[in-house]
Amino acid sequence: MDNNNKKWFSLNLSNKKKQEPGTCECGKTSEGCNSSGNDHLRDADFDAAVDATIAEERTKDGFEQVFDVQMDRRTAFKKLTASLLIGAGAVSTSCSVIAGDETKEKAQIDWEEQFKGNYKLMTRDEKESTVGRLVRSYQLRTGKNISMSSKNAEEDVLFGYAFNISKCQGYMDCVTACVEENNLDRNSQMEYIRIHEMKDGKGFNFNEADDNYYHEVPAEGHFYMGTQCFHCDNPPCVEVCPVQATWREDDGLVVVDYDWCVGCRYCMAACPYDGRRFNWSTPEVPEKEVNKNQHYLGNRLRKKGVVEKCTFCVQRSRVGKNPACVDACPTGARIFGNLLDPDSTIRWVLENKKVFRLKEDLGTEPKFWYFMD
Amino acid sequence: MRRLRVLRSLVKDSLETITHGSKKYHIWMAFLTLVMLVGMYCYSVQLEHGLSVTGMTDRVSWGLYISNFTFLVGVAAAAVMLVMPTYVLKDIDFKQAVLIGEGLAVAALIMCLAFVVADMGGPSVLWHMIPGIGVFNFPNSMLAWDVIALNGYLFINISIPFYILFMRYQGKEPNPKVYIPGALISVFWAVGIHLVTAFLYQGLQARPFWNNALLGPRFLASAFAAGPALIILVLAVIRTYTEFVIKDKTIKKIALVVTVAAQINLIMLISELFKEFYAPTHHSESAYYLFFGLDGKTALLPWIWTAISLNVLATVILTFHKLRNNFKVLFFACFILFVAIWIEKGFGLIVPGFIPGPYGKIAEYTPTGIEIGVTMGIWALGAFVFTMLAKTAIGIETGKLRYNKKKP
Repeated sequence: MDNNNKKWFSLNLSNKKKQEPGTCECGKTSEGCNSSGNDHLRDADFDAAVDATIAEERTKDGFEQVFDVQMDRRTAFKKLTASLLIGAGAVSTSCSVIAGDETKEKAQIDWEEQFKGNYKLMTRDEKESTVGRLVRSYQLRTGKNISMSSKNAEEDVLFGYAFNISKCQGYMDCVTACVEENNLDRNSQMEYIRIHEMKDGKGFNFNEADDNYYHEVPAEGHFYMGTQCFHCDNPPCVEVCPVQATWREDDGLVVVDYDWCVGCRYCMAACPYDGRRFNWSTPEVPEKEVNKNQHYLGNRLRKKGVVEKCTFCVQRSRVGKNPACVDACPTGARIFGNLLDPDSTIRWVLENKKVFRLKEDLGTEPKFWYFMD
Repeated sequence: MRRLRVLRSLVKDSLETITHGSKKYHIWMAFLTLVMLVGMYCYSVQLEHGLSVTGMTDRVSWGLYISNFTFLVGVAAAAVMLVMPTYVLKDIDFKQAVLIGEGLAVAALIMCLAFVVADMGGPSVLWHMIPGIGVFNFPNSMLAWDVIALNGYLFINISIPFYILFMRYQGKEPNPKVYIPGALISVFWAVGIHLVTAFLYQGLQARPFWNNALLGPRFLASAFAAGPALIILVLAVIRTYTEFVIKDKTIKKIALVVTVAAQINLIMLISELFKEFYAPTHHSESAYYLFFGLDGKTALLPWIWTAISLNVLATVILTFHKLRNNFKVLFFACFILFVAIWIEKGFGLIVPGFIPGPYGKIAEYTPTGIEIGVTMGIWALGAFVFTMLAKTAIGIETGKLRYNKKKP
C-alpha cells in the first residue's frame, strides 16, 4: 500500500486528540486503519479498491458469503461435487435414524462451522449464531458450559500498553497468568510473552539476552524486559495474510479468526516482533483448567494448524478489565489503558515519561511503549 | 462432437502409451510409485499429528517445504527460455525441446502447489483461498498474487502444449495465430511468477536477510540457470532412451543460456557477499550464520560451502567453450549447477531468514524424517507426472500416436 510514507512517524497521540475528539477514523473501515492521515481522497480511493475486491462479501456474510455468489456453470459443478463429497459423511450421520439426536446435532454444527464465512465480514447475527454453535458444541462434547462473547470494539477506544523496565524483576507471573487466562497449549508450553534477561551495562542487547531462564530472579547484575504482540497500528502481519484471517480491530487490537486461518504462517515470517505462535499439534488444556470466560477472537479453544497471538486479552479488555498480565504483575511494571482517554494512566505515562518503542525504523507503529522510572 | 471423439481417443491412446513401455520404464515408474506411497504415508502422519512432526518451530516457521517450493517456481519459470526463441523469435533449433520444457514446467508447478499444500496447517479450509468462494486478500498479500500467478502459469503451460499436441495428433498443423499469443503471455508470465515469488520474501521488513532489492533479479538469474540445466539433463536421458531426435545444436544452445545465467548469478552472489561482509551490520547476522555460523551453531555451513564450490566450479566449466561442448562434461556441470542452486535457493535462502530470530535468538532447524519423506514423495510425483507427459508428447511428436478415424 502506498500510504506507508504518511504512516511513518505519525502516531502522534496529542495530535490525534485535537484532530478528532471522539471519533477514531479507523471506525470507518475495518481494514487498513489510517490513524493519522486525514487525506479523505486517499481514503475514498482505498474504499473503492476494497469494494472492488470484497464488495460482495461485505454485504453478504456467512453462508451467503459462501454460497450466494455469481458463478458460471463450471464452478457451480465443481463446488457441488466438492460439497457433495464432504457433505456425504455429515449428511449420512445427521439423517441416520440410528444415530442419536446429539450426534445429529453435532454433525449439523460441524457442517455449519466448516462452511461459515470470515468473522470479520459477518453481521451481528452471524457472529452470534457462530458463537452459539461453538458454545453448544463444547457442551455436547464435554457436558460443561462456557460463555463466549462476540463483543465488538467500543467507540472511542484505542488500546495501548506501556512497560516499565525499571520495575520488572523477571518473576514471570505475567507469563503464567497469560497461559491460564488464554487457554494456551500446555503440551508445547506455548507462551505469548517472552521475558528477556539482559546484563547490566550492555544496554538493550537482545542478542546476549536470555529469554528462557530457570533460576531465581532478580538475578544479580541483570534487568528484565518483556515482549509480546505489540498490536502495531501498521501491522505487517495483517497485510500479508492471503485470506484476511487476521486484521486490526477498531480499538487497535490485532486479532485472528482461528477458524478462517489456513495455517500458511506467512504472518509469522512478516512479524518483526516474534508476536505470533502456531499450533504445531492439537493444543491441550486440561478440562478443569479451561478458562470458560471466552471471546471468539480471544481465548476460545484453538485447533491444530492455526496461528494465534496475544489479543491484549480481548475477553477482558473489552469489558473494562486489564489484560491478565497487567493484573498479575507483582511489581506494577505493566500499564494498560485507553489511548483516547486523556485521563488514563497510559496517557499520563506517554506524556510524562521518556518512552520508546522497539524497531521503530520499520514503520510498524507499535502500540507498546517502554519507559524507565 | 467430433472434437470430443478425438479427445476420447487421445486419452485412450495416451493411457495405452503410458502403461506400456520397456522394462526399464516400468521399473522407473514402479520406483516412483513406491516413493510416492512412502510420501503419502508420511503426509498421513503429518495430517494426523499436525506439523509438529516436522522440524519447524515457532522460531523457524518455514522449512524444507517452502524451500523446495521456492526453488521449483524457478524451474517452472525456466520453460520460458525455450518458449521464447521457438515461438516468438522463430528459432527452430529449440523446437524439439520446447514441449519437453513445458512439460517440465507443468510438473514443477504441480510440485510447487503440492509443497504449498503440504506446508499448510489447515488443508481442509484451503477453499478460503479460492477467489469468489473464500476471501482473497488481493492485492495486499503477495501470497495471494502468487496463487494467481502460479495457477495462471499452470493453465498456460497446460493449454499451449495441449493445443499443439491435439492438432498434431490429428495430423494437422497447429495454427500459430492461436498459440503465439499464448506463448507471448507465458514469456511475461514466467518472469512474473518468479518475481512475485521473490517479492513474497523481499517485502518483509522483519527479515533483513530477504529484505534486499537484489533478491528478485537473483531469483531470475538462478532460475534461468537451474531450469535449463535440468532440461539439458532430461533431454540427455530422452535422447538415450527414446527415438525422439534432439540435435546437438539444440543442447548446445540451451547450454549457452545456462552459461550466461550462471555467470550473472555468480556476479550477483559476489555483490551480495560484498554487501554483507565488507561493512557488516546488525542485519548481516543471518548471512554470518549461513556462511560462518553463529555462537557455534553451524548446521548450514557444509551445505552452503558445497553449494558455493559447486556453483563456481560449474560456472567455470561452462564458461570454456571446449569444456562446454564436450557433452559428458556439460552434463556433469549441469548436474552440479542444479544441485548447487537447489541448496542455495532452497534452505540456504529460507532457513537463515529466520536465524537469528527477531530478538536474536538462534534456534536451528533440522528437517525430520517425515518431512524428508513427504518432500521426496512430492519430487517423485513431479517426476511421475513429467514422465507421463513426456511419453505422450514424444509419442505424438514422433508420429506413433495418431488419431485413427476408422477406430470406433
